[in-house]
Amino acid sequence: MDAIKLLELAGYEVVFPQAQTCCGQPAYNSGFKDLSLDVIRHTINTFSQHSLPLIVPSASCAGMIKHHYQHALKKESALPNDDTDAKNAAELAERTFELIDFLLDKLPYHRLKKRPSMRVCLHQSCSAQREMKVAASWEKILIRMPHIDVLKPQYADECCGFGGTFAVKSPDVSAVMTEDKCRAILNTQAEYIVSGDCGCLMNLSGHLEHRIEHQEEPIKPMHLASFIAQQFELSDEH
Amino acid sequence: MNTNFATRIRVALSDPSLRANFRGAMDFLQAKRRTAFSNEDEWTALQRQGKAIRQQTLHQLPELLEQLEHNCLQNGINVHWAEDAEEARQIFLTIAQEENAKKVVKGKSMATEEIGLNAFLEEHEIECIESDMGEYIVQLAEETPSHIIMPAIHKNQAQIAELFQDKLHEECDANNVDQLIGIGRKVLRQKFKHADIGVSGVNFAIADSGTLCLVENEGNGRLSTTAPKAHIALMGIEKVIPNLSCLPTLQSLLTRSATGQHITTYLNLITSPRKQDEHDGPLKVHLILLDNGRSRIAQDEALHTTLACIRCGACMNHCPVYTRIGGHAYGSTYPGPIGQILTPQLNGMDEAGELLDACSLNGACGEACPVGIELPELMRELRQRKHHSKHTTYTEHIIWRVWKRIHRHPKLYYAATRTLSRLGLSRTIFPKAWRQTRHTPMPAKQSLHQQLKARKQRP
Repeated sequence: MDAIKLLELAGYEVVFPQAQTCCGQPAYNSGFKDLSLDVIRHTINTFSQHSLPLIVPSASCAGMIKHHYQHALKKESALPNDDTDAKNAAELAERTFELIDFLLDKLPYHRLKKRPSMRVCLHQSCSAQREMKVAASWEKILIRMPHIDVLKPQYADECCGFGGTFAVKSPDVSAVMTEDKCRAILNTQAEYIVSGDCGCLMNLSGHLEHRIEHQEEPIKPMHLASFIAQQFELSDEH
Repeated sequence: MNTNFATRIRVALSDPSLRANFRGAMDFLQAKRRTAFSNEDEWTALQRQGKAIRQQTLHQLPELLEQLEHNCLQNGINVHWAEDAEEARQIFLTIAQEENAKKVVKGKSMATEEIGLNAFLEEHEIECIESDMGEYIVQLAEETPSHIIMPAIHKNQAQIAELFQDKLHEECDANNVDQLIGIGRKVLRQKFKHADIGVSGVNFAIADSGTLCLVENEGNGRLSTTAPKAHIALMGIEKVIPNLSCLPTLQSLLTRSATGQHITTYLNLITSPRKQDEHDGPLKVHLILLDNGRSRIAQDEALHTTLACIRCGACMNHCPVYTRIGGHAYGSTYPGPIGQILTPQLNGMDEAGELLDACSLNGACGEACPVGIELPELMRELRQRKHHSKHTTYTEHIIWRVWKRIHRHPKLYYAATRTLSRLGLSRTIFPKAWRQTRHTPMPAKQSLHQQLKARKQRP
């Protein structure tokens, strides 16, 4: 919801197709491409009703749509020489953007009120760094807010241990990676941990809450969109 | 391996000194590589070149191998083809018998690990001593390499000092690396002197000149391939390259990616046995070309880039999983990301399918790969093969079927998310493996779809 409010703040009218579900990544990454294809096609159809920019508030979902759809649909047509699927995927990829990167130069920063300074730790997800290449935008958007002190954990570019089904299929090593990442985040002594990737955020906040008893001043996990919306004091509707 | 991968991971994770050794070493190697490729544009250009050379090579693999064989024969190098590990071992044995060999020294070679050469020769009462310091340490400890470039990286100085004291009965100062290396060298010098055969791997084999290239830092490769009267080189068939002009690019990518060195200490180019007017060098040089499943991979359109690998180890140095569990946990000759990709292809899903689980698809390996192998893409492809070859569980099939049904039908999805939100039922969809170390997220009171439906209906 905060993503929508930010887009509206930037002057956009947001269309939210109710038919949307999941981008298909979980099954696709787990080897069940056959089952994910139906969901992928459904997503392409849903967002092809309009030719509007598709804004995705999570880097890994955005990466899936922008980079993996075409690959997934290559040679999947029932007819030989039929590349409609791939063409549709390419067309959608062309107009798919990660939310924060899209917003970076479009927000009315001059409207930000003077606030006491804040320590904010940024988790730049793997998808944001390596697939969408938007990690720099995440940092920049925070830097544009003068009261924010942007911090990065040690091993900032390392995976947080989520990796979708990896967290369940290889739980021990995933847990260690998550613990390491959370320790590095806590070491920054930030008040907030923010990220633009929902998967990482769910993983990090899940673990941070789990170890909450060990923290005197718990760090607050927040999606970048919600955090930015909060800085602009956009009203909370829900 | 009689334990499963998950168990081996748990064992590795519970060893604090192993974890510290790996983290420290990988941090060091990552930093070295970063410095070596500090110019981003140069790195990108070099990686592109490296990728192009390797892709071109793979496209012409049969022709290049024939050309290599022809030119090696012209140069006086004996060429043998080994379909599998067993055939390669038998070729080694035949040559050893011809040479009446009792003692063999070996330079670092992962291909010889792949065929289990040391144990095999030992069975035939032929002593085979590793001459690379790391490999020698591993051999003394009766272990296997835990890294393809730094075989003993899992050990720290104190552990090595203890090992030398125990096995070589030498007084060792754990704080004096030079002394430790000196002790190892003293033993190895004698071995070089008395060896009947020197064995090595091959980093690159140049097809149009019939030249074997060996990249190394300790000089043990040079000694192993020149001091004994016969030299046997074992190479995977994918290590061929078209010509000498491809070498500078690849060797620069190799050493910088592996250890952050701009240039290797020893670059050996072996083109023939000792010639008539020469005073040293082996009298015979043998090249064994090992297939062992590689030609099958080469023909696989979706997976053939696996063979582009130049064995630099950068993928494991940058892998957050490898960094934590180390090489032994994989239980395969080749650990880390490339091992997870290669082993199921070489040894089959029955044996190695489980390796595919321990990857978060974070992409750090693919980013570091000097020849642009898209490791995460290959991982996804192999996971599909695992599913299609029925190596995934029935439960998993059911889960993904239900997942598909819900996400394919918007109304069902709407109902499902609404119900979960209303009942706050996130615990049901998060398995125990998740809940042990993490809280489950609390869904919003209303699903986003509901909220937006309501918002739209508002005047």
